[in-house]
Amino acid sequence: MNWIWSNLDRVGELMLVHLALSVPAIILSFVVSVPIGWLAHRYRWASGVLLSLCALLYAIPSLALLIALPVFTGQRATSPVNLVVALTLYGIAVIVRTAADAFDAVERDVLQSATAVGYSTAGRFWGVHLPLAGPVLLSGLRVVIVSTVSLATVGAVTGVQSLGSLFTDGLQRGIQAEIIAGILATIVLAVVLDGLTVAVGRMVMPWSRPGMEAARSSSASPVEQADAA
Amino acid sequence: MNLVLDAIAWILDPTNWEGVGGIPQRLWEHLWISAVILLIAAAIALPVGVLVGHTGRGREAAVTVSGALRALPTLGVLSLFALWLGIGLRAPIPALVILAIPPLLAGAYAGIESIDRRIVDAARAMGMNERQIVGKVEVPLGLPIIVGGIRSATLQIIATATLAAYVADFGLGRFIFSGLKTRDYAEMLGGSILVIVLALVVDGAFALTQRLVVPAGVRATRFTELRSRPARPRAAVG
Repeated sequence: MNWIWSNLDRVGELMLVHLALSVPAIILSFVVSVPIGWLAHRYRWASGVLLSLCALLYAIPSLALLIALPVFTGQRATSPVNLVVALTLYGIAVIVRTAADAFDAVERDVLQSATAVGYSTAGRFWGVHLPLAGPVLLSGLRVVIVSTVSLATVGAVTGVQSLGSLFTDGLQRGIQAEIIAGILATIVLAVVLDGLTVAVGRMVMPWSRPGMEAARSSSASPVEQADAA
Repeated sequence: MNLVLDAIAWILDPTNWEGVGGIPQRLWEHLWISAVILLIAAAIALPVGVLVGHTGRGREAAVTVSGALRALPTLGVLSLFALWLGIGLRAPIPALVILAIPPLLAGAYAGIESIDRRIVDAARAMGMNERQIVGKVEVPLGLPIIVGGIRSATLQIIATATLAAYVADFGLGRFIFSGLKTRDYAEMLGGSILVIVLALVVDGAFALTQRLVVPAGVRATRFTELRSRPARPRAAVG
């Protein structure tokens, strides 16, 4: 454990590098996925194609994707940009499905009511559909945060510096504490980012409080609700 | 695209198909180790998951454990075990088993939980004992989701087994690491293509299985549900 105390600054530095790799990938994948998810929700033909593509993408092992991506991007396999692109693709593969589910889950009646009270198509999307899909979108984002932070460490074997460098370096030099420090730092980073996201989500979506959960699940199966009553 | 042609030339090169460390040997290693790990992990995680789903006890613990294990960086776990157990096959196997448990566990309890409680009550009312309820009602009905868990676990194992070539001399990942070391992009990419093809073939096989294991009765009701939903919007209810 001595290693950790005497190398705290190194761990801190790598945490920042790790953030610089994973945060852009998380944001990019979210921004790209929401419109794709909406397309999959809106058009039946698109839904099949897009969701199958995402499933295929998600099935590709990370290391193989890291090596194969440069063929399409022209980047070197060992560059940080290559890693960010790969992480973004995995993020997209996860969020698109959740986003499609999120938009699907909004009651048709609610949307029709919005139209009835005079929302335009765009206004209805921004004012009603997106905010109501928000809590489920947030849950997808949280999955991606945890998986991206953890996956970013894989880049270390191709030479991209991150918290994963503590694993490769620790293994080479036989320092157990270094590897454990890397694992802990990765988990801490994921938990902190996740916590921040939840806090921001509560702030911008006050309607996503726990009571909402019960309301949504009961609307999904009115029969069970009647049974419980 | 030249890069791809080089990689395909590498894959097709007959000298890469023979002897120790050739493509057939590496592919075989990758497959049997993945299968062994899947069996071990399933033997641990599936019974526990089914039990949690059936009794509802320990659900919080199962969710926490599978969530926390998901946050574990695979490379870190592999490195740690390699340091403890030495370079070789002994290290990746426990590491891979640990990493395969969360999707299996989650699939098993989610599969059982997804069943309408009234069906379980009906089974109990008909006089089935708990063992029969699990074996004849819950597991068959939950099978599509359980197989879904096995599917993600298998993909996870194949991916991590590739990475495990970093600490052990086995599997298709060897080509990637030896290519990285010698800066031979054709070999790296060739290895990657083989891994990707393997993963996609296995995934496809599971997708098919997932469809086949839907019990016939369930398939019929699902179909009518799908058709009746858009035809009768719930406006009449509210």
